[in-house]
Amino acid sequence: MRRLLLALALALLAAAVALPAAAEELRGLIDALGRGTFADREKAIAALAGSGEPAAAPVIEALGAGNLYVRTGDGAVLLARGSALVDPLTNAAAGSVSDSGIERIRVNNRLRRAIDAALGSLTLLSPDPATRLEAAAAVFKSRDPGALPTLEKALAAETNPEVAAALGEARAAALLFSDASEAEKLEAVKVIRARGDREALSLLGMVAAQGPGPVADAASSGVRAIERVLAVWEAGQNVWYGLSLGSVLLLAAIGLAITFGVMGVINMAHGEMVMLGAYTTFVVQEAIRSTAPWLFDASLLVALPLAFLVAGAVGIAIERGIIRFLYGRPLETLLATWGLSLILQQGVRSIFGPTNREVGAPSWMSGWFEIGHLTITHNRLWIIAFALLVFAGLSLVLRRTSFGLQMRAVVQNRNMASAMGIRTPWIDALTFGLGSSIAGIAGVALSQIDNVSPNLGQGYIIDSFMVVVFGGVGNLWGTLFGAAALGIVNKFLEPYAGAVLGKILVLVFIIIFIQKRPRGLFALKGRAVEA
Amino acid sequence: MLRHLDARARLLVALVPGLALGTLALNLALPPEHALHVPTYAISLLGKYLCYALLALSVGLVWGYGGILSLGHGAFFALGGYAMGMYLMRQIGSRGVYGHPTLPDFMVFLNWQELPWYWYGFDQFWFAAIMVLLVPGALAFVAGWLAFRSRVTGVYLSILTQAMTYALMLAFFRNDMGFGGNNGLTDFKDILGFNIQAQETRAALFFASAVALALGLAVAAILVNSRFGKVLVAIRDAESRARFLGYRVEHYKLLVFVLSACMAGVAGALYVPQVGIINPSEFAPANSIEIVIWVAVGGRGTLLGPVLGAFLVNFAKTWLTGAMPELWLFALGGLFIAVTLLLPKGLVGLAAQIRLKRGRLPSSHRVPAAG
Repeated sequence: MRRLLLALALALLAAAVALPAAAEELRGLIDALGRGTFADREKAIAALAGSGEPAAAPVIEALGAGNLYVRTGDGAVLLARGSALVDPLTNAAAGSVSDSGIERIRVNNRLRRAIDAALGSLTLLSPDPATRLEAAAAVFKSRDPGALPTLEKALAAETNPEVAAALGEARAAALLFSDASEAEKLEAVKVIRARGDREALSLLGMVAAQGPGPVADAASSGVRAIERVLAVWEAGQNVWYGLSLGSVLLLAAIGLAITFGVMGVINMAHGEMVMLGAYTTFVVQEAIRSTAPWLFDASLLVALPLAFLVAGAVGIAIERGIIRFLYGRPLETLLATWGLSLILQQGVRSIFGPTNREVGAPSWMSGWFEIGHLTITHNRLWIIAFALLVFAGLSLVLRRTSFGLQMRAVVQNRNMASAMGIRTPWIDALTFGLGSSIAGIAGVALSQIDNVSPNLGQGYIIDSFMVVVFGGVGNLWGTLFGAAALGIVNKFLEPYAGAVLGKILVLVFIIIFIQKRPRGLFALKGRAVEA
Repeated sequence: MLRHLDARARLLVALVPGLALGTLALNLALPPEHALHVPTYAISLLGKYLCYALLALSVGLVWGYGGILSLGHGAFFALGGYAMGMYLMRQIGSRGVYGHPTLPDFMVFLNWQELPWYWYGFDQFWFAAIMVLLVPGALAFVAGWLAFRSRVTGVYLSILTQAMTYALMLAFFRNDMGFGGNNGLTDFKDILGFNIQAQETRAALFFASAVALALGLAVAAILVNSRFGKVLVAIRDAESRARFLGYRVEHYKLLVFVLSACMAGVAGALYVPQVGIINPSEFAPANSIEIVIWVAVGGRGTLLGPVLGAFLVNFAKTWLTGAMPELWLFALGGLFIAVTLLLPKGLVGLAAQIRLKRGRLPSSHRVPAAG
């Protein structure tokens, strides 16, 4: 709005300086506002709007706000700035509101409607393309045939192709609701059909409902065409949401794919590693807020390595302190790590309190853009990119580093690896630490889209296990595929079944799926199965 | 039938109702100012513990003897509780807040026009009593049949059962399921015509819980001492070997799983009238895991262990959540770790463990095994 006013003020200045002849004509139109009945004034407003002069806009706006006065002596219309009066075109001082012979120009509801419509079409001529675009969208919505002359004028002068397209659509919309000829209307239907979004759909729907005739037929065929296209886009949007959910699942599950999938350790405290990562982000942001606020946009980058270290250190401590005594006893591991998760939750609750802590979003993570009819928010995009990056990095570590090689060696044949000089207990600890670290950096990402509370991890633990079990234990690609598939299936079920029922259906689906493929979608084959 | 029990089990089965009667006598017969008087709130607390003990026994049976670690027994407990809760809801009749003759309050509130079909019959006690056994049993049959048939074992089974109770929790939280949604079923008035708040009714429920626990103990004792029980233990220790010897492993597991689920259902049904409410949070996965820790503390592979564990842990919970609520989760978490690391056989097995340590050298360093 402020930008709009600024643009109008600039336009006013330009008009006042450059076009004295037009200004005289305009003054006549403005002074007409101060005369006659309400009906006369309505005509005057329409004439002013039809002039297409940007300088007219602030006058009409002032009229709507009750800031327009008339000097009964010469019938001159004056603009009030506070209690001072100025000439609407030259800005010259012209006395005060309380002077004798000064009367406020009154408006009624009918006039207010006329004022709104006039303002809408006047801003079509603003020098700022963004303002023109907004105005065109407003006219498209209002479908006011009265704006047609201004639209034509604006369209003729328009150089920006984007604004021109919007103006053309607005013109088509206004045409459809005017008394234009059938040929023109058919042309307009084509323009709207090409626009192809939800607003175009509802507009054509209204035209189609207006009764029989070639225009209505064209409109209803347009409605069908747009619906078909929109259905495809909607499916695309669902896939996007599903990928977004899948990336969250992937982040939560990928650490588990290491500890559970590779090592066979059931870590029920895995969700708490995610939570520790999220709280690390919170602490980092608090520290940055109090010491170096200009660093805030980099807070997540600072938090990432810290969360990696914190969760990794806790993970190694867990492995050395508890899990190494329980290898080969998976049920006991499950219980001990569950106990651990209770302790970690309560510990965080005692330190940070039971309520949600606020983790802010850096500026580069907020905002959104559109591709066609897809709305894509930056934070979701970053999280998908981040999840894929983590996945790629982890695959690289497993395949290309000596640590990864030793890790796989220990998993395949512990005794042989030990005989070859690999310190298997260290590899166990580091592997578990790696899985926990990944959970920690997942927590940094999830702090952006979830509530940071002591219960953060619990929400992910069952889903994570489902992803790993569904994708196939001991297989990173399976985890990737499982996460994406579960995410997308979830989002496609949601519109039909609701969020909760969709989730239940997915759980039931996995339970049944495991009957058929007890070892997951990408089961290991051969000797590794029994290892 | 009791001939089949050994002396210790027979003693245990007789002891539970006996102790319950004694406690009741101290509550009802003695004046409140007497030193040995048991206050009424203690009776309802102990009644709750008795239900927990029966629930723990049901988990102890499948885990301790069948090697099936179920993390979903809370679901069977809650389903039994809901079946009883539905009966109690129907007994309110027109005394609810809205005074509708058939619809429970929450249905009137949610603008339901008539009773959903699955509420039919729950105005009869015998029907509800059958459902208490049938619904958890049927769920266990379906889940167990699917799982055991495709040889889902160990941790996978645990996570599946956990997912099952999680899914049920989500479902029961929904208002349109017709089970009261978030608030569950509550505001019960009477059971079998007796006022549910009356001291005598509470005493009767308490005694009924004790009898149910004794019956559960007797059934479990007969089962584990029978040929069936021996095969079950064989399956627990070496499933593949038992299968190769020609036993239909999945049938044995399924039977004990269903039986255990029915037991849990009965525990739930007795629990609900004593606490006066049943809501979806009973399905929470955390609850089911807590049951497992009762069994682990007491000692799995025994019948006394789960009962003992349920009483001890819940007593500690009641005391700690009252005295130091901050500490309870630390204590519970620590208990999980301590029991698995230090007391693999639980309290009941502690004596044997100590004897073993004295007799031999300290046990050799455990080598981590793959898988």
